[in-house]
Amino acid sequence: MPINTLIRCRDVSYSYESAAALRGVSFDVNVGDALCVVGENGSGKSTLMTLLLGLKAPQSGSIEYGGGLRANQIGYLPQQTAAQKDFPASVREVVLSGRLSARGLRPFYTREDRASADRHMERLGITHLANRCYRELSGGQQQRTLLARALCATQSLLLLDEPVAGLDPLATNDLYQLIDSIRQEGVTIIMVSHDIQSSIRHATNILHLHCEPIFFGTVDQYIASPVGQRFLIPVPVCAADGAQLAVHAVQ
Amino acid sequence: MFATLIEMFSYSFLVRAVVVGLLVSLCAALLGVSLVLKRYSMIGDGLSHVGFGSLAIATAIHAAPLAVSIPIVVVAAFLLLRISASSKIKGDAAIALLSTSALAIGVVIISMTTGMNTDVCNYLFGSILAMNRSDVYLSVALAAVVLTLFVLFYHKILAVTFDESFARATGVPAGAYNMLIAMLTALTITLGMRMMGALLISSLIVFPALTGMRLCKSFKSVTICAAITSAACFFLGVVGSYLYATPTGASVVLVNIALFVIFCGISVYQTKRRAMA
Ligand SMILES: Nc1ncnc2c1ncn2[C@@H]1O[C@H](COP(=O)(O)OP(=O)(O)OP(=O)(O)O)[C@@H](O)[C@H]1O
Ligand SMILES: [Mg+2]
Repeated sequence: MPINTLIRCRDVSYSYESAAALRGVSFDVNVGDALCVVGENGSGKSTLMTLLLGLKAPQSGSIEYGGGLRANQIGYLPQQTAAQKDFPASVREVVLSGRLSARGLRPFYTREDRASADRHMERLGITHLANRCYRELSGGQQQRTLLARALCATQSLLLLDEPVAGLDPLATNDLYQLIDSIRQEGVTIIMVSHDIQSSIRHATNILHLHCEPIFFGTVDQYIASPVGQRFLIPVPVCAADGAQLAVHAVQ
Repeated sequence: MFATLIEMFSYSFLVRAVVVGLLVSLCAALLGVSLVLKRYSMIGDGLSHVGFGSLAIATAIHAAPLAVSIPIVVVAAFLLLRISASSKIKGDAAIALLSTSALAIGVVIISMTTGMNTDVCNYLFGSILAMNRSDVYLSVALAAVVLTLFVLFYHKILAVTFDESFARATGVPAGAYNMLIAMLTALTITLGMRMMGALLISSLIVFPALTGMRLCKSFKSVTICAAITSAACFFLGVVGSYLYATPTGASVVLVNIALFVIFCGISVYQTKRRAMA
């Protein structure tokens, strides 16, 4: 495996009891890449994430980690948390728990851990919520809290499953800036997103899944490819035409 | 009032019972917060039934009760986690299976050996006379272990309870911490069971956590609140049972219920007042 390859997936397949979710998926992620995974609902994107995290084992094929990547250097934002709705934890407690994996067996948080949690809460604009109860936040505020937790855990790899779902336009914009800036700090990013237009501006590579991988390559290749062209068609074109017609009619 | 307390504590068996009981309630409350939040409230109930079965075995073979029941209950806790994690039998069903089986085995063994007598009644509903000197030493040691481990692993327990798959994904050995919680629960249950009764001991796990969650908004405050209310309820329950000659275990549970209702009331009142403001 080349020295700068972080993850190498070869022929990975996974099926639930009912049906196959992934079939024959192969791709490489290099250090410093920003890979965006796209595809329709139910195309296996979240399943791929859980496989990459080692939460499930692929039924066939292999996932190799290079560059000395260990699980406790990974930050992760799940699409849906297993976290219960009625959990009594403050935002600060949740964000701090992201620092835990890097601590090994040491029992208590250091000043450095607290500073890191504060910094990430600041970055995501939730400092004023620090002492609020997680269960009493809005959906978007909860999403930001979990993002801050993911960033606290991130050292070399960040996996985001639909990070902008539920965020307002300003927060979405901020998040993309944030992703760019942590990529400049040398963190590799794998992101699932339906916001394809923005994603291709902030990603370096695209993996298009439909149970099987139907495209894997750089963003430029994707834009030029038939798959990409079909998927990238700006949807509201017809609606805009309609509106223009209406405007003409009024004039 | 003070005269009653002084009179109470002139009985050495009562002093022993209160020491053991306070330590057990403290441990049960701490573990309970995590168990309740993980939807594992019934694990205490299941394990205490297994404890009943193992006490029956101990009586039948004339062995020391704790020496027999601790290993059996710890193994049962291990099995419970295994079954509910790996197979299609879900947590609650696995617990129901285990607890009814243990109860049935216990009852059959008892009827074949000593027959149904007051001992059996004591196992089921608890007896304050059950604690001897070695129980006190053992419970002080175990409580020290439970409290130390809980404090050392507090942040990990929080993380694993809040979001197990995140913890796992980021390299925290969640399975090991689940096992730790189950083991500590097993020890706490076996210790407290003979005093509180096999049918009532799981109240010490569930009530303090639920009471704390009525009013507290962070994991830390819920944990502290649960620990304090649990110890206070136990003490009031014992004093009450002394004054009115009621069974100890049941009295402690009644105090817990009362406090839970009071906390519910306060929480409803707070919400109302906030809505008015
Ligand atoms: N726990 C599960 N048990 C059984 N089948 C599942 C489970 N989770 C997902 N699936 C199935 O696996 C397939 C892939 O699901 P997955 O969640 O990976 O899709 P996705 O690409 O993340 O979709 P979305 O865009 O809606 O998030 C789907 O057909 C789904 O029905
Ligand atoms: Mg998904």
